[in-house]
Amino acid sequence: MSGAEKIAVKVTEIVPVNDLVTRFRFERVDGGALPTFSGGAHTVVEMQDGEITRLNPYSLMSDPMDPSAYTISVRRDDKGRGGSLFMHQKVQVGDEMTISYPVNLFPLDLRAKKHLFLAGGIGITPFLAQIKQLERLGGHWELHYACRTPALGSYVDELTAHHPNETHVYYDDQDQAIDLKNLLDGQPLGTHVYVCGPKGMIDWVRSTAQAEGWPREMVHYEEFLAPQPGKPFEVKLAVSNKVIAVGEHESLLEAIERAGVDAPYLCRGGACGQCETDVIDYAGKFIHRDHWLEEEQQASGKKIMPCVSRFEGRTLVLDR
Amino acid sequence: MSTFAFPPSIKSRPVWGSFEPQSGSAYLFVADAEGAEAILDLAKVAPALMASAHIIYIPKGTDFETALRALNPAQLYVGPSYAASLPRLRKTLEDAKMGLQVYLSGSEGLMGQAMREAAEAGIPHAAIQTEHRGSVARRMQCVHCKGITEDVAVDPFVCSHCGLNLFVRDHYSRRLAAYQGVCIDAEAPGCVPEPKGIYE
Ligand code: FES
Repeated sequence: MSGAEKIAVKVTEIVPVNDLVTRFRFERVDGGALPTFSGGAHTVVEMQDGEITRLNPYSLMSDPMDPSAYTISVRRDDKGRGGSLFMHQKVQVGDEMTISYPVNLFPLDLRAKKHLFLAGGIGITPFLAQIKQLERLGGHWELHYACRTPALGSYVDELTAHHPNETHVYYDDQDQAIDLKNLLDGQPLGTHVYVCGPKGMIDWVRSTAQAEGWPREMVHYEEFLAPQPGKPFEVKLAVSNKVIAVGEHESLLEAIERAGVDAPYLCRGGACGQCETDVIDYAGKFIHRDHWLEEEQQASGKKIMPCVSRFEGRTLVLDR
Repeated sequence: MSTFAFPPSIKSRPVWGSFEPQSGSAYLFVADAEGAEAILDLAKVAPALMASAHIIYIPKGTDFETALRALNPAQLYVGPSYAASLPRLRKTLEDAKMGLQVYLSGSEGLMGQAMREAAEAGIPHAAIQTEHRGSVARRMQCVHCKGITEDVAVDPFVCSHCGLNLFVRDHYSRRLAAYQGVCIDAEAPGCVPEPKGIYE
């Protein structure tokens, strides 16, 4: 079976955080201890939504050293493919679910002299765990958190109450914005910057940091891409000798799994590189959406990341 | 010409680069001897850098000081040895802000030691620019007595601390900023090949 090891858990608490965000608490079904993790880790939650199995990654926001429970926060996406709506509308306290062991694609670099966190909206969640980790280690950190409105500012109260000096909040509806250039300018040598939020924000931070002379190794980002719907297409899986149809609302990875073919994955969000698949033959065009392949690789027509990328055309043959 | 093409070797051996202009808010150069030539060459392609450059330079008997001074760097320190320049290097790194670009040039021993300081100050080693120039002598650690011998040009050589005959290896330690020297005649004491240049 692909993906990280699985854990059987029970939903023990569901808390609405605001109009869009709900928090879920998971404890082990067998009452045992969950593995501790490192701040920035995510878990892949399995959702049995009728016929469809959804596997969605969510950042763990609880204390990484607390083995009694994990918590995640899910932002409702009314236009998404349904994973967040399933969590919001179908999941009840007491339900048993399957989640994966924590996987960390967004770890702290503990060589940093200072950690500068930049969060946009629900992108706050990995930082909540990282802050708990750094508080334990006595690390030096600072958070700049952009939210749409005070009413949608998840965990702002908790953060400003516990960490008034480290937390800086910006509200879009009050025309407040992170003064990024000035913020980066003047950070002490050895500062690492971490950004989690919408794609535009990540691109903005990465390009500004680069222009200011920040080394690539000191700029960390995480963006889980949800697979996007697209035109249905057909794929031939050469190794398993199957021809499968990828539906409008499912990802290529999901279609491969539905056909009973075991394909590697970890993040299911175009970030980890695990699902990288060789293309044997194609006639048509790729819709690459991952953060993993280099631009030349994407252009080469030799590789695809089936968790988020699609294809439009007559023939696609994969080495799977 | 002060450049040397090092033969390919094991993964542990550092691979030095060549200076490229890079956007940043300040520039710190640490160089010894012919390492000055790498700075002079960079200044030809990116003269504007010099207005915010701090150069720490150890001439080791060479004569590049006038040429470096003519670049009009923001600061130029010329010192008698790496050890003498170390307090200045440490203070500069301690006070530095993100956006500082570090350039190291000259001998491997100088670059290795300055890189260790910069890495300790929080710059990932891959983000530090280097360019080897001049002497190919190495800074060696005797794996037996742990003593460091600077500027080793021949192989094998005699440890300046314990007197063992040491074979010059390509195994390198970033933490020590030194290559390993291992006893060459442990099994047959006194059976030592004639020393020759490391790359001969
Ligand atoms: S599963 Fe991580 S990139 Fe596709």
